[in-house]
Amino acid sequence: MYVAVKGGEAAIANAHRLLAETRRGDTAVPELSVAQIREQMALLVDRVMTEGSLHDPDLAALALKQARGDLIEAVFLVRAYRTTLPRFGASEPVETGAMTLRRRISATYKDLPGGQVLGPTFDYTHRLVDFALAAEGEAPVAAEAEPLPDAAHAPRVTDLLGNAGLIEPSAPDDGTPPADLTREPLDFPADRALRLQALARGDEGFVLALGYSTQRGYGRTHPFVGEIRVGTVAVEFVPEELGFAVPLGEIDLTECQMVNQFHGSAEVPPQFTRGYGLAFGQSERKAMAMALVDRALRAEELGEPIGAPAQDQEFVLAHCDALQATGFVEHLKLPHYVDFQAELELVLRLRAEHAARHATPQTEMKEAAE
Amino acid sequence: MLARGFADPVHDAQGVFRAVMEALARPGTVQPLAPRLEPPAPLTPELAAIALALADADAPLWLDAGLARSPAVAGFLRFHTGARITDNPDEAAFALVSEAAACPDFATFAQGTPAYPDRSATLVLAVSTLSDRDGWHLDGPGIRGSARLAASPLPADSLDRLGRNHAGFPQGVDLILAAPGRLAALPRSTRVTT
Amino acid sequence: MSAATPETGYNFAYLDEGTKRMIRRAILKAIAIPGYQVPFASREMPMPYGWGTGGVQVTAAILGKRDVLKVIDQGSDDTTNAVSIRAFFARTADVAVTTRTRDATVIQTRHRIPEAPLHEGQVLVYQVPIPEPLRFLEPRETETRQLHALAEYGLMHVKLYEDIARHGHIATTYAYPVEVAGRYVMDPSPTPKFDNPKMDDCPALQLFGAGREKRIYAVPPHTRVRSLDFEDHPFRVQSFDTPCALCGAEGVYLDEVLLDDAGKRMFVCSDTDHCEERRADGHVGTGGMETAHV
Repeated sequence: MYVAVKGGEAAIANAHRLLAETRRGDTAVPELSVAQIREQMALLVDRVMTEGSLHDPDLAALALKQARGDLIEAVFLVRAYRTTLPRFGASEPVETGAMTLRRRISATYKDLPGGQVLGPTFDYTHRLVDFALAAEGEAPVAAEAEPLPDAAHAPRVTDLLGNAGLIEPSAPDDGTPPADLTREPLDFPADRALRLQALARGDEGFVLALGYSTQRGYGRTHPFVGEIRVGTVAVEFVPEELGFAVPLGEIDLTECQMVNQFHGSAEVPPQFTRGYGLAFGQSERKAMAMALVDRALRAEELGEPIGAPAQDQEFVLAHCDALQATGFVEHLKLPHYVDFQAELELVLRLRAEHAARHATPQTEMKEAAE
Repeated sequence: MLARGFADPVHDAQGVFRAVMEALARPGTVQPLAPRLEPPAPLTPELAAIALALADADAPLWLDAGLARSPAVAGFLRFHTGARITDNPDEAAFALVSEAAACPDFATFAQGTPAYPDRSATLVLAVSTLSDRDGWHLDGPGIRGSARLAASPLPADSLDRLGRNHAGFPQGVDLILAAPGRLAALPRSTRVTT
Repeated sequence: MSAATPETGYNFAYLDEGTKRMIRRAILKAIAIPGYQVPFASREMPMPYGWGTGGVQVTAAILGKRDVLKVIDQGSDDTTNAVSIRAFFARTADVAVTTRTRDATVIQTRHRIPEAPLHEGQVLVYQVPIPEPLRFLEPRETETRQLHALAEYGLMHVKLYEDIARHGHIATTYAYPVEVAGRYVMDPSPTPKFDNPKMDDCPALQLFGAGREKRIYAVPPHTRVRSLDFEDHPFRVQSFDTPCALCGAEGVYLDEVLLDDAGKRMFVCSDTDHCEERRADGHVGTGGMETAHV
């Protein structure tokens, strides 16, 4: 006699226990501390903060530990936690022009006020596995400190271009608070602020592939890296009852300003246009890809022909979120047997009818086809 | 001194919402509502309860002349809901109407758009009597066969107004009629006849 | 807040009161405009998108301490996700839970409508993956919104008719589109079309929540819900050749259970509560097994 399957509750509890045990791994190996993850897996922590829309390195490191290093799972933990936080208001816009720089490069000028500062980058490393790291050996030799430009003497490249009128001006701040994806449902067409918010939260791999596609001709924008800057900015907040800005602290950011060709139109003389990317911590790949896609999504505003995926805001914004994507893809592993049974019944019926048709004389077949 | 809000904000709000939900889902049924509020007059406890349960910073309120005359009413609503009080009926998510017979034309409130008919107002009218045993005949979604509803006082041309409101479906406003201790609703989907 | 559930540190039913108000306002609009999808600012829930975040948010927004909650997935109270969601509410809202359809005041479901008739005063909350019935015919939200505004549903009829031309049948077996109160075409969520007739003139209020897609919609009680069809190809539901092997029920939706790799299988009620109640009342199936499809 068949007995219906029972015991979901026990199965779930067991799975939770197994997960906890597997997460810890071999107990003969010392446990990772959150501080170790924060300090030594810093780029991963930055990515979790960026896609999680929450600047909290310790929380992001803890999420990575809990998620066994699964990036999207860690982003999920951070986002779900963020949802429960009380909301006091919006900070003042951060001034990246006043950033304390750790790295600053421009691909458009050989030299410029403030100079180029390589900072900590993989860019010119040879990707040879360093087996010395496996030996957990010596502390690295301290680098000779590069001269860091004073913020006041390292103006943004786009500002330099802007002074000469060669690049479109930034849209002026009209005081309207930007919309918030986490508080209002996304509505199309989405304005640039909302698109940038979605891209900042968007999956790095997805945004990267879209940015790449624009370079290969699917919505080409002729980009140049005007500037990438990595460093620290102050965050300020104006409490309603005080009426003036008070500093909340400092955060690390990566900003990328792409400079793109634009042929001009009847009203506008030829000039360069902007694509913008911003991410928490040091997240250059993300900031660059975001800037490419931001520029591609401005095609309609700039009167350019639209046809490529990266120019299609419904396509990009509806699919860039890793949590939405992973949820819907992974939900396929939930039971679907009710629907499968419905499909099975139809396929069996269609097959029977198909077999019947092919077993009957030709005249009837013709009739069936009509 | 400012009158108190819900004694139990979580469960009182839930109870009021469920009464409103049932009333809208079953037009013509009269739902009990025990607000346990003593708002400043002429705001009735029922109107106050519905505002406290549903309005907030994202859902502005409009007040009719009777309510707008009382600074205490606006103070009470602002303090307990955090909602903006607007003079423009077209901006309001909820309109609170203490003198239902003098309610402005329904068309002056947000009707929604063809693509977003939900961007429309809910009118909350204070009435003194409410009955599901006589009065108008109602039919439409939520109604098994047909239902009755009588409420007063209401504008003399209510039936015309309700007819025009229903004819604009899916655009239009939804009405909540709140009498002492009970409420009923007339969503735009309901056809009202004599 | 006074009513916070002390053991979890979260508000009653998890959501904060501001979020509940936002969802409640959307629900009221959804009821007033039957079948129309109301956009709402869906929150990130502590379970993944696709696991019922829309249904969970709707349930959390309507639930009160006197409610009795039932959660089913594929018709069963005991599937892992149903267990998980029921446990979530038992923990964050401390509400009574049940598996009995008739005892529940709120029933959250994925993919089925219970076999036992629903009654006045009940609310059926559906988990919805893709709320837009026109989405697979037109992927753009701006376009589908316009089609709904104009009540322009020709695309859907063309699609169904193409099925008939190709297969001799409408080849949609679940998430079969319906017209609500003569106006909006609506996705009934991926329930088998077997369940569509239960939506028509249903005494319970039906609410639909799509978390990832950020939409809420509703069918009020006693509302006309018509499955789209054609005069020469009227809507028909699936039928099963055998009764439930456990309780002998006929005219119910059945799950196929594979018993071995030689094609032995049997059919049992998908609605496990219905099946258990029938067996408790003394109904017995054949317990029989069949051989494989040929």
